[in-house]
Amino acid sequence: MLTLKQSRRLNTLVVGLFAWAIALLLFFPIFWMLLTSLKTEIDAFATPPQLIFTPTLENYLQIQDRSGYFKYAWNSVTISFGATALGMLIAIPAAYSMAFYETKRTKGTLLWMLSTKMLPPVGVLVPIYLLAKQFGMLDSRAVLIIIYTLINLPILVWMIYTYFKDIPRDILEAARMDGATLMQEMVRVLLPISKGGLASTMLLSLILCWNEAFWSLNLTSSNAAPLTALIASYSSPEGLFWAKLSAVSTLACAPILIFGWISQKQLVRGLSFGAVK
Amino acid sequence: MADLKVHNLKKSFDGNDIIKGIDLDIRDREFVVFVGPSGCGKSTLLRLIAGLEEVSSGRIELDGRDITDVSPAKRDLAMVFQTYALYPHMTVRKNMSFALDLAGADKQEVARKIEAAARTLELEPLLERKPRQLSGGQRQRVAIGRAIVRNPKVFLFDEPLSNLDAALRVQMRLELSRLHQELQATMIYVTHDQVEAMTLADKVVVLNGGRIEQVGSPMELYHNPANLFVAGFLGTPKMGFLKGRASRVEASGCEVELDAGCRLFLPVSGTTLNAGDPVTLGIRPEHLNRGSEGNCQLTVKADVSERLGSDTYCHVVTGNGEQLTMRIRGDFTPRYGESLSLTLEAAHCHLFDSNGVAVGQSLQLAA
Amino acid sequence: MATSSAALPKAPVTESAGEPSERKPRRFGPSWFLVSPSVALLLLWMLVPLSMTVYFSVIRYNLLYPGENDFVGLENFHYFLTDAGFMPGIVNTLILVGSVLLISVVLGVLISALLEAADFAGRGIVRVMLVSPFFIMPTVSALVWKNLIYHPVSGILAAVWKFFGAQPVGWLAQHPLASIVIIVSWQWLPFAILILMTAMQSLDQEQKEAARLDGAGPIAIFWHLTLPHLARPIAVVVMIETIFLLSVFAEIFTTTSGGPGYASTNLAYLIYNQALLQFDVGMASAGGLIAVVIANIAAIILVRMLGKNLTEKY
Repeated sequence: MLTLKQSRRLNTLVVGLFAWAIALLLFFPIFWMLLTSLKTEIDAFATPPQLIFTPTLENYLQIQDRSGYFKYAWNSVTISFGATALGMLIAIPAAYSMAFYETKRTKGTLLWMLSTKMLPPVGVLVPIYLLAKQFGMLDSRAVLIIIYTLINLPILVWMIYTYFKDIPRDILEAARMDGATLMQEMVRVLLPISKGGLASTMLLSLILCWNEAFWSLNLTSSNAAPLTALIASYSSPEGLFWAKLSAVSTLACAPILIFGWISQKQLVRGLSFGAVK
Repeated sequence: MADLKVHNLKKSFDGNDIIKGIDLDIRDREFVVFVGPSGCGKSTLLRLIAGLEEVSSGRIELDGRDITDVSPAKRDLAMVFQTYALYPHMTVRKNMSFALDLAGADKQEVARKIEAAARTLELEPLLERKPRQLSGGQRQRVAIGRAIVRNPKVFLFDEPLSNLDAALRVQMRLELSRLHQELQATMIYVTHDQVEAMTLADKVVVLNGGRIEQVGSPMELYHNPANLFVAGFLGTPKMGFLKGRASRVEASGCEVELDAGCRLFLPVSGTTLNAGDPVTLGIRPEHLNRGSEGNCQLTVKADVSERLGSDTYCHVVTGNGEQLTMRIRGDFTPRYGESLSLTLEAAHCHLFDSNGVAVGQSLQLAA
Repeated sequence: MATSSAALPKAPVTESAGEPSERKPRRFGPSWFLVSPSVALLLLWMLVPLSMTVYFSVIRYNLLYPGENDFVGLENFHYFLTDAGFMPGIVNTLILVGSVLLISVVLGVLISALLEAADFAGRGIVRVMLVSPFFIMPTVSALVWKNLIYHPVSGILAAVWKFFGAQPVGWLAQHPLASIVIIVSWQWLPFAILILMTAMQSLDQEQKEAARLDGAGPIAIFWHLTLPHLARPIAVVVMIETIFLLSVFAEIFTTTSGGPGYASTNLAYLIYNQALLQFDVGMASAGGLIAVVIANIAAIILVRMLGKNLTEKY
């Protein structure tokens, strides 16, 4: 018979082993991508796949020459930041008024906003494509910024709303008694208090924009194509360069992966529309 | 000068009437306390005066100027919130100067005012701290300081002491009293705690169900409650009530026959009662006496007793099941279930008619 | 549907006062003009393209034959519904959504329960590794799986099969839909783990201790305490994943292009194919509307089920 202490230790050991095994399995594709990015093309294609090889940074050095990586990365950055900034600008006032001036319709409005997320993109693909074409915005960053702002708006409003809901009304009322105008109340009291929540909302928006791959694939070709589209282009025969594909992919995913790791706790709130904190 | 007048003020939320027509006159330098059970509308009334809620109908005047539609900031009022509502991202100094900064006041003037307020409230060593580094009592003082520096016509307090522990509450109560003396300002104070109301107020406004039950000095209210609600609300332990009937009505008073089984003559003047009308007699614990010397003797059964050392609150039940509390000087503990005799001091009894309205004026008047 | 009037602050209700109702200038309610940009934009975003889709769906409209935009009634719907790709598209969509939901919820609950079961060494790292795939962009995960893992010659799976003496499988060619289900599950299982793990941490420890004193074992605790506590987060996972899974696109686009045949074509890919590869705007629009209807059925069911759950806390 095991003592209580021994059985607890055994329990921890077994649980730990299982958890590590599952984690390694799920993480393996990412690890393998990183590994492949350090191989030569020949090593990358070897059968059986090699675990031990001479690492090289050659793929990373060639990325810019082979695929014009920085143009795509720059597109991803401007589109993501543009849509995030625009989205925050529109969402903050809406969340503010719904959190602090709640009316009978507020809940309905929030749910309606959520329901717009249910509109499948394919349902509006054709008209959006034709409208973009009509206005000469096909393959432009502006059109992606506008669309990303709109598709992320409900999530931003919800997430900011739940953060604002945690702020005691009294503080804003005190500011009002102190003579703050609506603008001063928001800029000098509300925003400084909720900067943590707003920062994680922005991170979530950046992640969603960065990884979006329906509109970017359908509406861009070369000028405005972000990294998602660059990588999709590797599915063509050109994609036989696995080591380079892996290097590009690693570079494209690294920043978001790091953002995600940093803010996973706070992202839960936004991704679950405030239902899980 | 700060004269606040409220005319027929009403407020409803989504069709529910919260404030049902209030008229009130608050004079310069008065310390007015709104008191009542939770949900009576006292906080709403304060917020209406502050301008944080929109008035449904009625008028609010400050020094003759109609401020009903004026924004909160321009009403020349300052408010201390129950939760203190300090700005968590600002230092104590910044918290206090915020209103003045927004108004674009002269920097040196602002600094001078903050120094003065900090000295009054003993906040000087804390000026550079953030609110989260302060204790509850210190936060409370910062909240008051924030109001003081604005030099408002009227100070509004919304249950400011309810988040403090008991000892601190007593201390802050004294400090508030002192502050009122020093500042000579008009103050309106909301509380559900009748001890705060009695000890702080020049004038108490008792609210219930969105209406004013009675307005007066603490002693007026204590000795001459206008109705059963006020009588039962003020005073600890509560006033005891006995049901009965007016058996004889004269110009000099009225004889009451209690259901509990005795008869006594009350010297109340100007009654509108007729013989035979049902009445309720109210008597405070300190006006019940042990023994059989007196004109209305009741035999009661002892319930539990609360011994405080200086006094004993002895809960008793009359023969017909009515409950009374008796205050006895010193330490006295009847056995549970023991029979006791007690008498009522007729001069200190309150009489209420079937609508709960006080009958006539008790002859024993406020000091 | 809420319009911008949804944001109007409550009008002062003074039926009793007998005062003229004109009296209130809106002093304290800035709410309507703060909400209306969001509401107006989302309304535009829904209504303009959607009404265009409705219009296109009843006319003949092919970008290859401009000018012939006659009204054709429901002909486009007829063609779309009888298209060889339609049934496979619907079935594949349902299989994809259903199996990914099942996999991510069941495994998600088990894995997050495992993580909470003991404080083993490196739990923080394990957690980070488990949620990582969610942050990988869809095109990258599709291509990494296609080339590095599924590849019948040089992929990892081929090596594993050979190691056990089996014939390597051409995953994407022979089992295209199952392969895509695995890729998509790999992306969304971490999402379920992320949400459920956080939710599990908010389970009251005292409740667990009380249950333990009452004699409940780990399995009884999981069944009677943990699972009921997870009802709401699971609902959230189902709702969010359904939204995204109904329109899986990039994973199919970069791996199988819907093939072979229609074996891995879902509704989203079918419509894309119709519109941007065959330029048949009319038929694609009809398909788009059908996708909207399906999404709305799902949405109505989900919002009915979960909507109250989401807002009641506030």
